[in-house]
Amino acid sequence: MSFLDALLDPALPFVRNAFLAGILSSVLFGVLGSVVTVKRIAGLAGAISHAVLGGIGLALFLSARGLAPGLPPIAGALAFAVLSAALIGVVSLKAKQREDTVINAIWAVGMSVGVLFIAKTPGYADPMSYLFGNILLISGRDLVLMAVLSALVVAGAWRFYPQIEASAFDEEFARTRGVRTDAVFLAVLAVVAVSVVLLQTFVGIVMVIAMLTLPAGTAGFAARNLRGMMVLASLLSAVFSVGGLALSWETDLPSGAVVVVLSGAVFLGASGIRMLVTRTSRPKAERPDGK
Amino acid sequence: MTANRDRVASALVPGSPHGHGRPIAVRFEGVSFAYGSDPILEDVSFHIHEGEFAALIGPNGSGKTTILRLLLGLAAPASGRIEVLGAPPHTALESLGYVPQNAAFDPAFPISVAEVVRMGCLRGGSSRYSREDLRAADAALEQADVAELRDRPYSALSGGQRRRVLVARALAANPRLLVLDEPTANMDAESETRLFRALGELRGRTTVLVVTHDTLFVSDLTDAVLCVGDRDGRPGSVVRHASIPVARGLAPGVFGGGARQVLHDTEIPPEACCGEGD
Repeated sequence: MSFLDALLDPALPFVRNAFLAGILSSVLFGVLGSVVTVKRIAGLAGAISHAVLGGIGLALFLSARGLAPGLPPIAGALAFAVLSAALIGVVSLKAKQREDTVINAIWAVGMSVGVLFIAKTPGYADPMSYLFGNILLISGRDLVLMAVLSALVVAGAWRFYPQIEASAFDEEFARTRGVRTDAVFLAVLAVVAVSVVLLQTFVGIVMVIAMLTLPAGTAGFAARNLRGMMVLASLLSAVFSVGGLALSWETDLPSGAVVVVLSGAVFLGASGIRMLVTRTSRPKAERPDGK
Repeated sequence: MTANRDRVASALVPGSPHGHGRPIAVRFEGVSFAYGSDPILEDVSFHIHEGEFAALIGPNGSGKTTILRLLLGLAAPASGRIEVLGAPPHTALESLGYVPQNAAFDPAFPISVAEVVRMGCLRGGSSRYSREDLRAADAALEQADVAELRDRPYSALSGGQRRRVLVARALAANPRLLVLDEPTANMDAESETRLFRALGELRGRTTVLVVTHDTLFVSDLTDAVLCVGDRDGRPGSVVRHASIPVARGLAPGVFGGGARQVLHDTEIPPEACCGEGD
């Protein structure tokens, strides 16, 4: 059965859910990914996404042990994401000397806690689904939440575009123009945290960060400004997501990994082209005559 | 000493009367600042008149950047009082233009020159730029002599061109006080000439403060020279020094035109400044 047939087959609703998740996540990957890329906080986003496994493991453990019956993994993931984002935010703003150490610790400790809880959870819990995504796990509720979050992110990016652009381009200057750059930074981290929780069902914890950076990075080569980068990154992300899903269906490979490999291949190709173009046009670009 | 006094007299009296008798644009009074237990500034007092072209000079590590951060409201003094355009620094930001040294720049950031300059019109949480903002940005592009670059990607410019674009960004807010941090660092001669030509056109209308580590010469536009650190090498104080014009050819080819030599052995007490205390 071809991917198109599967998409239209009423007996296979999970394929439609995966397709819709791919489209909806594209908006988040494109808009939020562009902000993450130009603000150079991909490392922070990576730490948050990986720490989420700790919350998933804890929720599975508490639920299976009967300590919090029916506690969904997404609740634990959300708690850990927000907590790690808050920690990272405070450390980044207040203790710049130890920033790297703390962020890497949150990244590794969060994941380890998750693995330990999953190991001690009665019954069978497969961490691979959470690490690398599982389109069978995408529910109608996830799609609604993704749609709401996408709308909020687009509205936020529209309303605060000048502040986001200025604080990413030159934070000190933005502060002298009255922009509350710390608030912008913390808000971006909070939105990244919530988005990571919703997006991990589609591509998995490990690969969320790749999708937050690869389409935006590719778009950055061609875009003339941040707004264009957001639009182009969203379009590219949609192409990678749907293309990756189709490819994984046809080849019977894990969809999350295929989506990321496709995005990575295009990014590397674009980087190579960019290097060649820059090398050939450098003398002209560096002309210091003011013309 | 007598010769020095004569030179001071000629440096103080006419020839560069901008700011004299005008209100104070920047005032530091007994300001101290420390990073943890490391004192950076101690009991710093100085002032700059409106319309004056001032140079804040001193070697690296002397506290220039700290003074700049205090002036911009990016840090608060441990003690003392700072007034910028008659108000505390953070409330004067609307009327202030700032040109950073711009050490950090992400070449992968997609943005055009016009968009960078437009940023100068940003006000706090405003959601978009008005038509007036865009007109002001266009005027600033002309003023800083970078109008021909307006549609170019910022990343494709040379270092000197980028610095002049940042001057345009600061001018877009039509500032009453323009602060430039090391404006000529790594700048080519052509850009330096254009920059000081643009700054010269502001002279007398806008208060200009240039921060630089060049302690020997300042631009011949300069009305007041403020040295950070004193002759004993003790950091943390600001002293007003005299300067004298240097014949063309005797100073290195700086500031795109004429230069003045700083007389570090000639101190001008604050109360001797024209207009102060009036």
